[in-house]
Amino acid sequence: MKNKIISILQQNARISNTALGEMLGISPEAAEAEIKKLEDDGVIRGYSVIIDEDKYDRSTVHATIELKVTPQRDCGFDDIAKTIMMYDEVESVSLMSSGAYDLAVEVKGSDLKDVAFFVSERLATIEGILSTSTHFILKKYKEKGIFIDGEEQDERGLG
Amino acid sequence: MIVIDYDKILSNKIKNIKPSGIRKFFDIAGTMEGVISLGVGEPDFNTPWVIRKAAINVLERKHIVYGPNKGLAPLRKAISDKINQKHKVEYDPDSEIIVTVGGSEAIDLALRGIIDPGDEVLVVEPCFVCYAPLIELSGGVAVPVPTRLENNFKLTVEDLKDKITPRTKMLILPFPNNPTGAVMTKKDLEPIAELLRGTDIMVLSDEIYSELTYGMRHFSIIELEGMRERTIYVNGFSKAYAMTGWRLGYVSAPEPIITQISKIHQYGIMCSPYISQNAAIEALTSCDKEVTKMVDEYNTRRKYLVSEFNRLGLTCFDPEGAFYVFPCIKSTGLTSDEFCERLLYEEKVAAVPGSAFGASGEGYMRISYAYSLKHLMEAMSRIEKFLKKLEAEKK
Repeated sequence: MKNKIISILQQNARISNTALGEMLGISPEAAEAEIKKLEDDGVIRGYSVIIDEDKYDRSTVHATIELKVTPQRDCGFDDIAKTIMMYDEVESVSLMSSGAYDLAVEVKGSDLKDVAFFVSERLATIEGILSTSTHFILKKYKEKGIFIDGEEQDERGLG
Repeated sequence: MIVIDYDKILSNKIKNIKPSGIRKFFDIAGTMEGVISLGVGEPDFNTPWVIRKAAINVLERKHIVYGPNKGLAPLRKAISDKINQKHKVEYDPDSEIIVTVGGSEAIDLALRGIIDPGDEVLVVEPCFVCYAPLIELSGGVAVPVPTRLENNFKLTVEDLKDKITPRTKMLILPFPNNPTGAVMTKKDLEPIAELLRGTDIMVLSDEIYSELTYGMRHFSIIELEGMRERTIYVNGFSKAYAMTGWRLGYVSAPEPIITQISKIHQYGIMCSPYISQNAAIEALTSCDKEVTKMVDEYNTRRKYLVSEFNRLGLTCFDPEGAFYVFPCIKSTGLTSDEFCERLLYEEKVAAVPGSAFGASGEGYMRISYAYSLKHLMEAMSRIEKFLKKLEAEKK
């Protein structure tokens, strides 16, 4: 049940309780309660919107920053990650298992320079950060399972 | 300039065949903008990657040849194993299985192999549109056996008994059913088998939707005593493995039947596509997980549509197979044709009128759920709007 709800909400978090209930074979009230429980348990952390930046605001720039970090005594990477995630410019922070770098940070800015300065002045200067490597995102084709560009045409006939 | 009167040249038999009622309706839809379709009879999923990859490997490494008439030996072996695993019934891969160009050719072979002019074939309706025309092409007579909503569109022995005559040669058993989604359980099939055991009537069991059942395992009539001997079992790869465009199906039947129908295949088709056959081996041997995943997704959509239609006041029975729901539209006072035509022109939703699947489909429409939930939810909100409009007209 839990997996099914999550998978449906990941496709469309705005689905009505009635429709969700129908898909699961339960009442709208029961569907609402299931969601409430997932929220209370902290499984569902929030609801966001996936947008096509090209159609919405072409001037916004997104980048992925790879950070090499010296782990701190007792708390490993947690402290630095928590410091980084406080910035509004930061959209996501993930610890990676890669050998090449430790933290992957997604940043947005109003233009190229804005992001570059944020990296050099805010991120690179944090104690424990050894190096940064910035990759600008030019175009998103798919995000969180949703097609942004390149959705295939339905070419099916009528068997 | 020489003018040729093609009407004089063409075979009367062919001219008398009616074009498919599904296609006629959707030609109109094709000319309109912004139409949301609920009409297709093929999966929205792409063929699982491992299957496509197997085909790519063949293209890269092998000679693409004709192959044996009856199909590649390892594929026939895999088909035999699959049937045995599902139904505990054995077919000899060398003499009792033939690989065909889709389930459609499999049906055609079975009919042509059995029917002599004037023979009657019982066709359980509503059903897929190909049976009656193919029966007629073989010189046979299609005798409809209607099923009804009050029986959950199952075939009952009472309905069947009345239709049997000394000329009855065959019964077509299309379950899980397109368009109703009905299934036949062991209990439902037992009395049918009991009735047929004392006769020479053959069964053509079209089990193309056998992998798509919800909450139960599909049961085949070949599992019942004495029925393997009198059944031509037809299945294929299109629906279960989302392989429609690969054109691959198969027939399993007792040796004397396969020996004869192989000749039709041999002269008319030669052999089924070599690349597809290689890919199909992969499908049968390593894709159970992918099938389960697709079935699970279909099930969510199915539950959604059944409750939505019932909520909107269109009685919709709970279909346990295939990927169609078959809501009843009689409460609107419109015929299926009228309902679907207005729904198309006024709300731009394309569904197939139940009457396209036989007279007993009148009063219903076929809704395919081989579409994403997002697509289905948009369609349902348009249908709701349309029904409210119809309601307002009545007042």
